[in-house]
Amino acid sequence: MDARSESERTAMKNPTTVDRKSERELVVTRAFNGPARIVFEAWTKAELFQRWWVPKSLGLTLLSCEMDVRVGGTYRMVFSQKGSEPMAFFGRYLEVIPRSRIVWTNDEGGGGGPVTTATFEEKGGKTLVVVCDVYPSKEALDEAISSGSTGWNSETFEQLDELLVTLGEGVERS
Amino acid sequence: MVQYAKARLDASFAALSDATRRGVLEQLGCADASITDLAEKFHMTLTGMKKHVGGLEQAGLVTTEKVGRVRTCRLGPGRLEKETAWIEGYRQLWDARFDELDKVIEELKSKEKSDGRKK
Repeated sequence: MDARSESERTAMKNPTTVDRKSERELVVTRAFNGPARIVFEAWTKAELFQRWWVPKSLGLTLLSCEMDVRVGGTYRMVFSQKGSEPMAFFGRYLEVIPRSRIVWTNDEGGGGGPVTTATFEEKGGKTLVVVCDVYPSKEALDEAISSGSTGWNSETFEQLDELLVTLGEGVERS
Repeated sequence: MVQYAKARLDASFAALSDATRRGVLEQLGCADASITDLAEKFHMTLTGMKKHVGGLEQAGLVTTEKVGRVRTCRLGPGRLEKETAWIEGYRQLWDARFDELDKVIEELKSKEKSDGRKK
């Protein structure tokens, strides 16, 4: 039963795309087989959010995840990675429109972090999610790319190599 | 063309798969450095460091120039390739994340269904 639904899911897998839309903008898009109400719920309830935000294949451990998803509310996530200091990611929600849109800041890097807008657009039972990171300047995005950051240090590349292998073997079942 | 881009991407990933080489890139991101400087910084032999720099050079991530007896390394014109590799890495991250999100959504959907049935 599980194996069947897993292979069905893999067959139906929706592609993820990333584009550098402008000098200071990165856009990630992906469709989900579910209504916006459910997708929104998975983005705004800490106990659900932490189940997917840090894919197991990255080898990071989420130590804590607090989120108060409302305008002016804050979030804070702390990760640990074998052999390095725990990393904290935090910011503030600027806009929250149920089932449709969340905007938040990424403040862990000082002033150079992007403002992230996630929009949820439902069409025929599917939801298109668009995540747009807008950096304060072209230099800030260039810097994020050249340092390998954007919330992820350069060590991530190592895990991405492993991830490529894992993805090749199919998604691991927890 | 696509094949070429893919080959560059593979070279970039191979170059970036090593902690020392990533460290070298980070270092060169701050300032140009000679192979001797880099070898010292990363506690390596000159020969070892030359190898690493060679790999980065092949991927277009670093260029070197010999002036007198000193070979200076700087970030290469392959920044574009680096950007491509980085964006692909970033895409892989989101893709893995979203695969997990699929599972959460499926679970919420079936929970909603069974809750609906109970009513």
